[in-house]
Amino acid sequence: MENNQYSAHLKRQMLLDSVFRVATRFFAFLVLAMLIGILISLLIGAMPSIRHFGWGFLTSSEWDPVTEQFGAVVPIFGTLITSFIALLIGVPISFGIAIFLTELCPPMLKRPLGIAVELLAGIPSIIYGMWGLFVFAPLFGEHVQPWILENMGDLPLVGFLFQGAPMGIGIFTAGLILAIMVIPFIASVMRDVFEVVPPMLKESAYGLGGTTWEVVRYVVLPYTKTGVVGGIMLGLGRALGETMAVTFVIGNSSIFATGLFEAGNSIASTLANEFAEANGELYLSSLIQLGLILFFITFVVLSCSKLLLLQLKKQEGRSS
Amino acid sequence: MTTNAIKLQVKNLNFYYGKFHALKNINLDIPAGQVTAFIGPSGCGKSTLLRTFNRMFELYPGMSAEGEILLDSQNLLAKSVDVNMLRAKVGMVFQKPTPFPMSIYDNITFGVKLYESLSKAEMDDRVEWALRKAALWNEVKDKLKQSGNSLSGGQQQRLCIARAVATRPEVLLLDEPTSALDPISTGHIEELIHELKQDYTIAIVTHNMQQAARVSDYTAYMYLGELVEFGETDGIFTAPKRKETEDYITGKFG
Amino acid sequence: MSTSQAIGSEKAIKVMSQSTQRNNAIYARRRLVNGFNMLAATLAMGFGLFWLFWILWTLLQHGLSGLSADVFTQITPPPGSAGGLANAIAGSLQMTFFGILFGTPIGILAGVYLAEYGERGWLAPATRFINDILLSAPSIVIGLFVYEVYVVSVGHFSGWAGSMALALLVIPVVVRTTENMLRLVPNSLREAAIALGAPQWKVIMYVTLRAAKAGVITGILLAVARISGETAPLLFTALNNQFWSNMNQPMANLPIVIFQFAMSPYEDWHALAWAGALLITFSVLTLNILARWFASKNNSTH
Repeated sequence: MENNQYSAHLKRQMLLDSVFRVATRFFAFLVLAMLIGILISLLIGAMPSIRHFGWGFLTSSEWDPVTEQFGAVVPIFGTLITSFIALLIGVPISFGIAIFLTELCPPMLKRPLGIAVELLAGIPSIIYGMWGLFVFAPLFGEHVQPWILENMGDLPLVGFLFQGAPMGIGIFTAGLILAIMVIPFIASVMRDVFEVVPPMLKESAYGLGGTTWEVVRYVVLPYTKTGVVGGIMLGLGRALGETMAVTFVIGNSSIFATGLFEAGNSIASTLANEFAEANGELYLSSLIQLGLILFFITFVVLSCSKLLLLQLKKQEGRSS
Repeated sequence: MTTNAIKLQVKNLNFYYGKFHALKNINLDIPAGQVTAFIGPSGCGKSTLLRTFNRMFELYPGMSAEGEILLDSQNLLAKSVDVNMLRAKVGMVFQKPTPFPMSIYDNITFGVKLYESLSKAEMDDRVEWALRKAALWNEVKDKLKQSGNSLSGGQQQRLCIARAVATRPEVLLLDEPTSALDPISTGHIEELIHELKQDYTIAIVTHNMQQAARVSDYTAYMYLGELVEFGETDGIFTAPKRKETEDYITGKFG
Repeated sequence: MSTSQAIGSEKAIKVMSQSTQRNNAIYARRRLVNGFNMLAATLAMGFGLFWLFWILWTLLQHGLSGLSADVFTQITPPPGSAGGLANAIAGSLQMTFFGILFGTPIGILAGVYLAEYGERGWLAPATRFINDILLSAPSIVIGLFVYEVYVVSVGHFSGWAGSMALALLVIPVVVRTTENMLRLVPNSLREAAIALGAPQWKVIMYVTLRAAKAGVITGILLAVARISGETAPLLFTALNNQFWSNMNQPMANLPIVIFQFAMSPYEDWHALAWAGALLITFSVLTLNILARWFASKNNSTH
């Protein structure tokens, strides 16, 4: 009798064990399914536009809700160029911050400054947008832009980039604010990988009489290059998908911009501005297709960065 | 053994990690063109002492050295001495091989390029010379463009010695250079030390007493941050003057 | 050996005859380059801090003057009249609460699978990979997804849709931290529990998860911080509402009210937007610091 009870109890436990196991497995699968679900639902939503415009959607720069002519060139270009500006400014600055935090910073300030940089990452993106629109853009348009327009607008080759009206907002401002937003992400990854460089390796370079810069440039950076590139890609992923900060300051114009100071549009800002008011199946579906393109671009960038970081981990495993 | 000129003279050296008094009033003369070994139990301060000779400790906060270390009668601890110039004159090799993430050739030229501008041909000669000095040339001459990480552990350590030698320092500091190597590679390195002392003053830290006996001319025994005994290696190992030294050497303690 | 040594000594003579004088001009240039770059690095640090303090200063300057009791008691006003943000604050709190409520258990269980059962097979590495991508996927696309699968099928925007979008943002954060924290639990602890004859689900629920509790809670706090500032995923899901509403109606929430008010031409709406911005930033930053403090406190006691 007692024995029976015992085996029943055991059976129940074994059942619970497999139920628990299956449940966790199910939720892990759910995460996977989420990505597939996003892709499929966006694909279905974008179908009318894909059928109607075909590949032309990717090559047309026209975006006219009235005549229902939609092409993705302007927003795609806006997304790419603002992200490019963000990296152009953000990467060197992040590199500098990482050098400062790992090599120059007095130990007392190391933690507070590290936290300060990470707090910059915590500020919601809408705040960056508001601040950019109300505080930064007016100052920039009034004091900095006229000077740049006057002195750099006539430069050969690149001069055309610096033409336009000094409005403060525009593609360049969006890129700059994105730069400020991605700096904390890139800088903390760089700092983290710089910190795991074996001290003895750095000492060897110092031991030959190298300066801090030479040690960082020729030893630390090559040693950590995979991690650094992974961090930059992560920042790029952020910049590509950022919505609110860009929407406030990019100027929301669907006309192809020729200068950096002109108004433009990114994929995310087009969605944020037009989606809620979009009427007509084709309009809505064109917007969804934009979202699909954005997801695809970030998916590729993030996958590449993940693969790089995985490779880095493998290398570490081999050397230890 | 003839009396030698003094290369490094340590005078009343005290060293602190924060509050911890790591080296206590060290006085020591390291003769030129000889191998001086530092032995003692872990934590006795032998590595710390070595790292004051090229001021490596300055990389880390909270460490300070007081007293004098004269390199050719110039105090290298003086603020006026440029630390990079000093390190170019005092080479160092570490416990583990530390090849830089670049080719074998670039590993050697890294230090050379810092202070000298040589033509391509001169640089090639220098690389070959340094690798021969480290007894590595024959093994790597056909793969100079390969990464330094592609070599075996013992080869990597000889590469690090070649790298240190290439800048033609006056003093070579070896901080337990064979502790991560197998016996055969260790043998190679020990032979190398014999060869190198013709041109360099060598200071080696080792936890292996047989190694100290084999490679060094002078030996310093340290314990708890103090220099217990210093003298010719033969003397230290056959007739130590102090009881503590004898206990350590005969294995009664440590 | 003898020939190579002969060649070697020839080279040696050549090398030794090269000037031993270290070139001071090279060193002077190197010092200059180093000094310049280190200065640039310090300036870069200053550059980063400069924006942080400028943004926080702006928020305090504009936000404090707009902050009053009305903000917490009155609902969002039409342009030109006085009001507050009470309905938006309540909406944000509700949606964040339900977002966390839905997202956390899913995230924890998926994280448990990755850490405890995920040694073999294809599912765990694939999920881990996808999870890291979802972690930084554009949140506006998550909004689009919920719009497609939920809002379209029920036919209207709602608080529930907003919570769903937020939950989808919570999941990857919780999965990641849960897995990482469970991996820190020493295997000896699991073995000790299994050796007592405990079934695996009990070992996980009562031993490993409990040991990793602090880390998991830190992850949840970070997830709350992340979603309470998010605007983009709510644009097409919760939308906005000028009045009080229940979860089944379009729902007011702080980020979107800030967006709408800031983009408008009305001065008093701007003032409310700044007050909301101040509230939201300081709650998010407080949550971030709290999470960090919680994590470091638990690290130091172990």
